Amino acid sequence: MRLRSLVAAVAATALGVGLAACGGGDSGSDGGSGGDQTLTYWASNQGTSLDNDKQVLIPVLEQFTKDTGIKVNLEVIGWNDLQTRIQTAITSGQAPDVVNIGNTWAASLQATGAFLPFDNDAMTAIGGKDKFVPTALATGGKAGEDVTSVPLYGLAYGLYYNKAMFAAAGLQPPKTWEEMVTAAQKLTNPAKNQWGMALAAGSYTENVHFAFINGAQNKSEWFDAEGKPTFTSDGNVQGVLRYLDLMQKDKVANPSNAQYDNGTKSVNDFATKKVAMVINQNNADSSIVANGMKAGEYGVVPFPSPAGGEPVASHVAGINLSVFKNTKHKDSTLKFVKYMTDAQTQTTLGKPFASLPVLKDAKPVFTTDAAEAAIFQDIYNTKSKPLPLVPAEDQFESTVGKAMNSMFAKIATGGTVSADEVKAALKTAEDQVAAGS
Amino acid sequence: MLETKGFKAYRAVVLVVLGLFVTIPLYVMVTSSLKPLKDVQGAFTWWPSNLTIAPFIDMWKTVPLARYFVNSTIVSVVATLLSVALAILAAFAVSRFKFRGRTVFTTTVLSTQMFPGVLFLLPLFLIFVNINNQFGLQLVGTRLGLIITYLTFSLPFSIWMLAGYFDSIPRELDEAALVDGCGPMGALWRVVLPAARPGVIAVAIYSFMTAWGEVLFASVMTTEANRTLSVGLRQYSTQTNIYWNQIMAAALVVSIPVVIGFLLAQRHFVAGVTAGAVK
Amino acid sequence: MSVATHEATPAATKPPARKSKPEIRPGLSRWLPYALVAPAVLMELVIHIIPMLVGIWMSFVKLTKFFIANWSAAPSAGINNYKVALDFDNAVGEGLLKSFGVTLIFSLVTVALSWVLGMAAAVALQPTFRGRSLVRTLFLVPYALPAYAGILTWNFMLQRDTGAVNHVLTQLGADDKPFWLIGSNALFSLITVATWKLWTFAFLTLMAGLQSIPRDQYEAAAVDGAGNLRQWRNITLPALRPVNLVLVLVLFLWTFSDFNTPYVLFGTAQPPAGDLITFHIYNASFLTWNFGSGAAMSVLLLIFLMIVTGIYLFVTGRKTRRA
Repeated sequence: MRLRSLVAAVAATALGVGLAACGGGDSGSDGGSGGDQTLTYWASNQGTSLDNDKQVLIPVLEQFTKDTGIKVNLEVIGWNDLQTRIQTAITSGQAPDVVNIGNTWAASLQATGAFLPFDNDAMTAIGGKDKFVPTALATGGKAGEDVTSVPLYGLAYGLYYNKAMFAAAGLQPPKTWEEMVTAAQKLTNPAKNQWGMALAAGSYTENVHFAFINGAQNKSEWFDAEGKPTFTSDGNVQGVLRYLDLMQKDKVANPSNAQYDNGTKSVNDFATKKVAMVINQNNADSSIVANGMKAGEYGVVPFPSPAGGEPVASHVAGINLSVFKNTKHKDSTLKFVKYMTDAQTQTTLGKPFASLPVLKDAKPVFTTDAAEAAIFQDIYNTKSKPLPLVPAEDQFESTVGKAMNSMFAKIATGGTVSADEVKAALKTAEDQVAAGS
Repeated sequence: MLETKGFKAYRAVVLVVLGLFVTIPLYVMVTSSLKPLKDVQGAFTWWPSNLTIAPFIDMWKTVPLARYFVNSTIVSVVATLLSVALAILAAFAVSRFKFRGRTVFTTTVLSTQMFPGVLFLLPLFLIFVNINNQFGLQLVGTRLGLIITYLTFSLPFSIWMLAGYFDSIPRELDEAALVDGCGPMGALWRVVLPAARPGVIAVAIYSFMTAWGEVLFASVMTTEANRTLSVGLRQYSTQTNIYWNQIMAAALVVSIPVVIGFLLAQRHFVAGVTAGAVK
Repeated sequence: MSVATHEATPAATKPPARKSKPEIRPGLSRWLPYALVAPAVLMELVIHIIPMLVGIWMSFVKLTKFFIANWSAAPSAGINNYKVALDFDNAVGEGLLKSFGVTLIFSLVTVALSWVLGMAAAVALQPTFRGRSLVRTLFLVPYALPAYAGILTWNFMLQRDTGAVNHVLTQLGADDKPFWLIGSNALFSLITVATWKLWTFAFLTLMAGLQSIPRDQYEAAAVDGAGNLRQWRNITLPALRPVNLVLVLVLFLWTFSDFNTPYVLFGTAQPPAGDLITFHIYNASFLTWNFGSGAAMSVLLLIFLMIVTGIYLFVTGRKTRRA
């Protein structure tokens, strides 16, 4: 009989839904405000597996429940699915209360209007904006508007190098791009399958970060003040080419890297000592160790810029926390955000997730190596630039990132990519972004 | 067909070439699932030098595979049962009755096979959400939503195949049943269905495989609670590692029930397809 | 003649009279067929037809990320989404056109290969021999395997440094390890993987078709001195014509809108040479958050498939008796 009522429901809806589909969504934020306070929280995959994430988070959430009586229903979502899940949640209004987002998406997600702006009251409720590192908070949304996300885990790129290999070759850790390339060339020996660097050259999200950072080192912007794309500026073209040249001209990266569709693979190469250097965010630490390298065997320096360039070593990377506007439990949600971003929780989660603190006075705990911690914290606080805080940021990521994938693929399969071709590829990306907005 | 020397040579070539083509991936799947992680990350070897069954144990921990297994099983079984039931009724109507709109019905139903899934993925999602808002019937993130979606995926082909099968059953048989005092439904139940058993089994297998292997809708419509294997398997590539040996082990384990089921019933499947397609 | 055909045509007058009481006989076949197809119709309506109509509506709306949280506010786009998709001088249209070209090649080659392999195997297995059913069983495994399981295995095999394919090539003496999942080889990989699964469906269908050809036809032809090749051309091929017509169409429709293969094989890093159209549309919708534009592309794809099918059915002269 359940089937029959189901069919009846389906039939009735089928008739009424045509119009309802257009109007539905966020109207129903009324009811539900009863005694039972259960929040739904979507967390992103930060640990070694979804299960690991759960093991880390559950005790933290239980503590929150103990403190406040508010229950939290946790779901950890892999990065493959997270963006789609958020989109469908926005589209349907069937959303969790709180969600982790890649902070680079912040402005794009803000543009949907589906997220709660942290206005003064909300900001005060979570402990005031002054508790955050300013650059970290700046990633929360478009400049000049109330942010719709607040920093949760800070991450920054660093250049990891293998100490033993550098010592054996009599090399010092590089301070400039040129030194990095020279060192990498010395440490490259294709015949022995030994390479200077590993690049996640098949990952569009990684690639676009380096397009951005290299462009920024050339003092170049990807969007103008009005939010229009300026991908084809000289600085951007040269920046992209410089990064491509690591494989093309300098030949310090295995062409196989063009197939590395996430950072995991390049980090594994580093951890298994197939390569001497890798540029990765500081959460690589746990993977490096998990794959067999010991903590003291590698060192970290800021990802260097060319002589005379702007010292941008990273974008302000990390994970932000957003609240869906149609949450039925706004107050509890804010309590939860406050809890997740307070000093205690940050310290608890900083280690297992290898994240940098997003709070002003906090000390990094992700590593016991004080020098490494200091370097990353310095990169994060002073040498990082936020990715473009414009609604079209997501399109920037997919179009420019995929263009770089294709160019790397071309290089890897024996072709060459000239500055003109880079420019043409970026022009196509620019047109795609323009057509989409 | 004359079994000349030429034919035998031809057959040998075909069997060897296609045999290798089919077998090699299966072999790789099985052997890689028995290698430790280090070995699948290094150069490929045909024979695992360090045999281990650890991947088959670890795979349940890396990813909540057991839960996905249960979800996939429930979703696929129920979707299959409903789909077959609906297909039988519709195919019986198409095969045994002439009614206004029959051609429209068959053409439309069959042409839905052509719809690219991406076209109705998002709208369907919205409709489900609306059903939820208006009737409180939760379809997104539940098995029920997947069930009613999947049952329609195999429906067109099932109706078409079954109608072909029913056509091949002499009508004199149901007439006899009608004379015996059965209604048309009685004739369907007592005469047509038993005679069409291979066709029904074929359709059931087809429906089950469709549901078990669906990826696109599962990637959007599932949450942790109702996630199925097709999406779940992707989670072996995590932030820190790609567990190829566990992927292969899991792929093997999720394939076994379907493959065995299919192979056991392959005769019926062939017969069903024959009647449906050849008629 | 069955009861059904006796009272067949009265339905010509009106849709089912729901109120009429179910008197067993004369009225029965009036409403019964409708009652029988109703559940199927209902489900198709809810899951396919209505969503498709909504999809068509979406294609005329400017449904970008600014409006997905509040659909009713989305402004009309007129035919702009279509214009952009079909403006081949523009980056978006150009991308769609390229993807269409790739898909066409992929689809035609995969269908042709699958048919040839399926036919070759079906003919080879036509006469009985020891181990025949074993071989047949083996050949059916790729079809029975869940699509993603097979594709994941191929993905592993096609890795450049750790994959089986390059291992074989190196052993055969190749000095360079080619890429299979990026660059222009990606199309080749897609075709191989899709064929691996699909040819066995062709095999299965053709084998079923072969079983229905009476043996004495071959015997008679053999008496006339016809060799195997001539028997195949004169008996097998004509007899399989109806099967082939359906089979080729089904294979084409499947491959042309194949989503699983590129999605599982390439993940988010799909190379331009492997950018099949449904995957392209999926990315256009979900990666760039432009659902209106994605819907317009889907509608174009649907129109294309309908036209192809229409022409195909018309040319092959198949009366749409049922289909």
